[in-house]
Amino acid sequence: MTRLFAWGALLTGIVFFLLPLYGMTEFSLRMRRGVYSLDAYRAVLVDPQFQATFGYSVVMALFTIAFGILLVVPTAYWVRLKMPELRPVVEFITLLPLVIPAIVIVFGYIRLYNTSSWLPLTGSAMGTNILLMFGYATLALPYMYRAVDTGLRTIDVGTLTEAAQSLGAGWGTILSRIILPNVLGAVLSGAFLTFAIVIGEFTMAALLNRPAFGPYMQILGANRAYEPSALAVIAFAITWACMGLIQLVTRFSKHERAKA
Amino acid sequence: MAKPVTLSQHLPLRWLGVLPFFAFAVLFLILPTLYIVIGAFRTPQGDFTLDNIIGLNTPTIRNAYWISVKISFWSALLGCVIGFAMAAAITVGNTAKGLRNPLMTFSGVASNFAGVPLAFAFIATVGPAGIITLYLRTEFGINLRAYGWNLLSAWGLTVTYLFFQIPLMILIITPALDGLKREWREAAAILGATGPQYWRMVGFPILLPSILGTMALLFANAFGAVATAIALTGPSLNIAPILLFAQIRGDVLGSPNLGYALAFGMIVITGLANALYIWLRARSERWLK
Amino acid sequence: MSFLTLTHLEKTFGQNRVVKDFTLDIEKGEFISLLGPSGCGKTTVLRMVAGFEQPTAGDITIDGKDVTGLAANSRNIGMMFQAYALFPNMTVADNVAFGLKVKGAPRAEREARVAEMLALIGLSDLGGRYPFQLSGGQQQRVALARALAPRPSVLLLDEPLSALDAKVRVSLRNQIRQIQQDLGITTIFVTHDQEEAMSISDRIVVMNGGVAEQVGAPFEIYNRPRTKFVANFVGTLNTFEVEVADPASGRVTLAGQSLTLPDAPLAARAGETLSVALRPEALRLGRQPDAESLLTAQVTDVHFMGSVIRLKADLAGAAVSLDTFNRPDTPPPVVGSAVEVSLSGRDFILLKA
Ligand SMILES: Nc1ncnc2c1ncn2[C@@H]1O[C@H](COP(=O)(O)OP(=O)(O)O)[C@@H](O)[C@H]1O
Ligand SMILES: [Mg+2]
Repeated sequence: MTRLFAWGALLTGIVFFLLPLYGMTEFSLRMRRGVYSLDAYRAVLVDPQFQATFGYSVVMALFTIAFGILLVVPTAYWVRLKMPELRPVVEFITLLPLVIPAIVIVFGYIRLYNTSSWLPLTGSAMGTNILLMFGYATLALPYMYRAVDTGLRTIDVGTLTEAAQSLGAGWGTILSRIILPNVLGAVLSGAFLTFAIVIGEFTMAALLNRPAFGPYMQILGANRAYEPSALAVIAFAITWACMGLIQLVTRFSKHERAKA
Repeated sequence: MAKPVTLSQHLPLRWLGVLPFFAFAVLFLILPTLYIVIGAFRTPQGDFTLDNIIGLNTPTIRNAYWISVKISFWSALLGCVIGFAMAAAITVGNTAKGLRNPLMTFSGVASNFAGVPLAFAFIATVGPAGIITLYLRTEFGINLRAYGWNLLSAWGLTVTYLFFQIPLMILIITPALDGLKREWREAAAILGATGPQYWRMVGFPILLPSILGTMALLFANAFGAVATAIALTGPSLNIAPILLFAQIRGDVLGSPNLGYALAFGMIVITGLANALYIWLRARSERWLK
Repeated sequence: MSFLTLTHLEKTFGQNRVVKDFTLDIEKGEFISLLGPSGCGKTTVLRMVAGFEQPTAGDITIDGKDVTGLAANSRNIGMMFQAYALFPNMTVADNVAFGLKVKGAPRAEREARVAEMLALIGLSDLGGRYPFQLSGGQQQRVALARALAPRPSVLLLDEPLSALDAKVRVSLRNQIRQIQQDLGITTIFVTHDQEEAMSISDRIVVMNGGVAEQVGAPFEIYNRPRTKFVANFVGTLNTFEVEVADPASGRVTLAGQSLTLPDAPLAARAGETLSVALRPEALRLGRQPDAESLLTAQVTDVHFMGSVIRLKADLAGAAVSLDTFNRPDTPPPVVGSAVEVSLSGRDFILLKA
């Protein structure tokens, strides 16, 4: 009876998950009448708009990751080492992006950093790009911070720091040569997750009018039949790749730690 | 002699380490949000007013919130129920332990597969011209539309959201299910309880705060989502995030401050849901410490 | 027929034979301890009695009824686990009432029984508390009350004291024994602590590698251990090599002194050496009038433990422990001094391998 129920629940769920995946794959292959073909993929991949927006989002993701690491690693390290009393505050702030919808945050950006404000970021394309990157960093903050902080928990930050200091290392050296390598697995996990979030992000990019992959997909979806399915397959593959890499990195860094 | 020097150097230096973070948080998270919140209580001239909040009480806006709440509630509830059943199947008893790792990995992927592509996947499958829709019509003569199914509706959106809500539930509740101790089950059995009695009186009540808490989280998760809804239904579906999207783009409400109030309302709702989540989690952790 | 019988019980996990030909008859109201090192199969025996594990072979009867195939929830047994088995979502009172509630007992009866049980364990004021608000010792007392509330015919306790600190452990074990005797409930108690087992049991089953090595009253187990394992596991032992002088009368020699062993005739020939053992308290400091022989020992170590002083000494070529009572007017011997030690052949234990 219980077994029956368990298998029933599992099967229902699995069918529910597999159907859309099957549907989008099947649909993406049907562009040419009567036969399966990769035409939809070809059409997408040769579209200069696709190349431009995808490239734009990849670059944005990379910058976001770099900025996120520079912001989060020193902060999490410093809070653990010198200001543990600040931990609840910092943690609370890092969780805020899960509470405040992205659309509200970007709404604030648009009003706060418009051309007539004290920091007119939206006045230029570059300024808007930077603003969007900050927005992405905000979205990724909860995941990045949690990953890095968990990584730091497994090493003895205080002892490592003192040892490095006794050898004459400065803060920059300690962070880049001692702390970062030790939490590399966690940082990479956070980075891949950030990539997965940024690459298809729609709301912020659309409202800031940036030529990103997310808005491109949406526009394509409104105008074409088969290409969107191909895009969905590609996006799903990217997400899967990011999650796979996270698992790989986690397993690898566990292994490394076990060896050490 | 040396003391005042180190002290005065020490304090700012300590704070210098967290300055970038707080500067970032204030500039790109807190100030923008505060700007919206304050704007919700201001006239265009900058005076305090409650008119914007009161102004939310129009049929359109009320309706938008209400549909949003319904979609979020149902996708959270169904996500919880189905996700819980699946998580239970891979943890409790010896039913499908082998499926555990694949399912957890898949949940990690699916919970992040949201936004525009998710809408495409559902359109391709159960949309008006989707694979399943056509298959059922040509092979079995079943017209899903005639049965009231429409992907481009509130219910369609709810079902679509389940694609990330269920995995999220699985990811969060599986550790909680693992936390159910064997001793509780055995103590209940030796005291004469049947399996269902154990679940009703012990297992389920212990999990309930986690379940409800996760439900609040799922609710907030669905409530703030924009991309899937826009890609699925375009601007046609009247829900709070889409209305806000349109307002930001083109001031459809005809009053910027009413727009702030609309956004403020969303913060309040997701904030309440998250507060509930935190409270319930603290409660279950207190029991289990 | 005994109240609770375990007959030729076997349990195999995969290739691993964890319990081997385990037979035990327990009388009504008896307090039995299963004693043995970790991993020897104590818990597995208990879990078979409880119904959580099915025996690979053998039978279990309670009060003449075969319960071997019966589900745990219809055996009417009470059980206390190592720790943390209280339902965390229920108050103390609800925990205690659980067994009656699932049986459908009316509310009034449940409340009366809960009050009675809480009074029994001395926690009448704490009925409204949650488990996380109690100390470890209080939690285990509630667990006892919960197990006893539905009036089980058998009580099983699986190392219920091992997670508690020393003081609480002693007071709670005495309380468990007291309650057990007051209620006259048949009890199996699992422990790896020999002192615990000896202080509260009617009989002890010493287990090793899934086998019951010896069953007997604490006095018997301690003073007449049948195997080397039992002798070593229960208490401290000093072992000596003695030379057999006259097997028929049990006379042997140790360091030139003649002693008479209790288990004559000896299964050895004159001139052979035998391995024998002596408890620390059978070596007595000073010249004792009733002792058979007197030897001199070099003190190598002194542990003052309060009422008892444990000395380590070299005696007849063996390193031995000996215990003596503290006396306020006599300071203990110092390390390096020579002391006289009295011993008697009748206290020796002959060990089977
Ligand atoms: N469910 C099980 N599956 C496989 N092996 C088990 C299981 N339960 C116990 N064992 C093994 O049986 C042996 C005895 O275990 P146990 O009865 O718990 O010992 P004790 O309680 O005396 O410490 C151990 O080696 C243990 O690893
Ligand atoms: Mg055990």
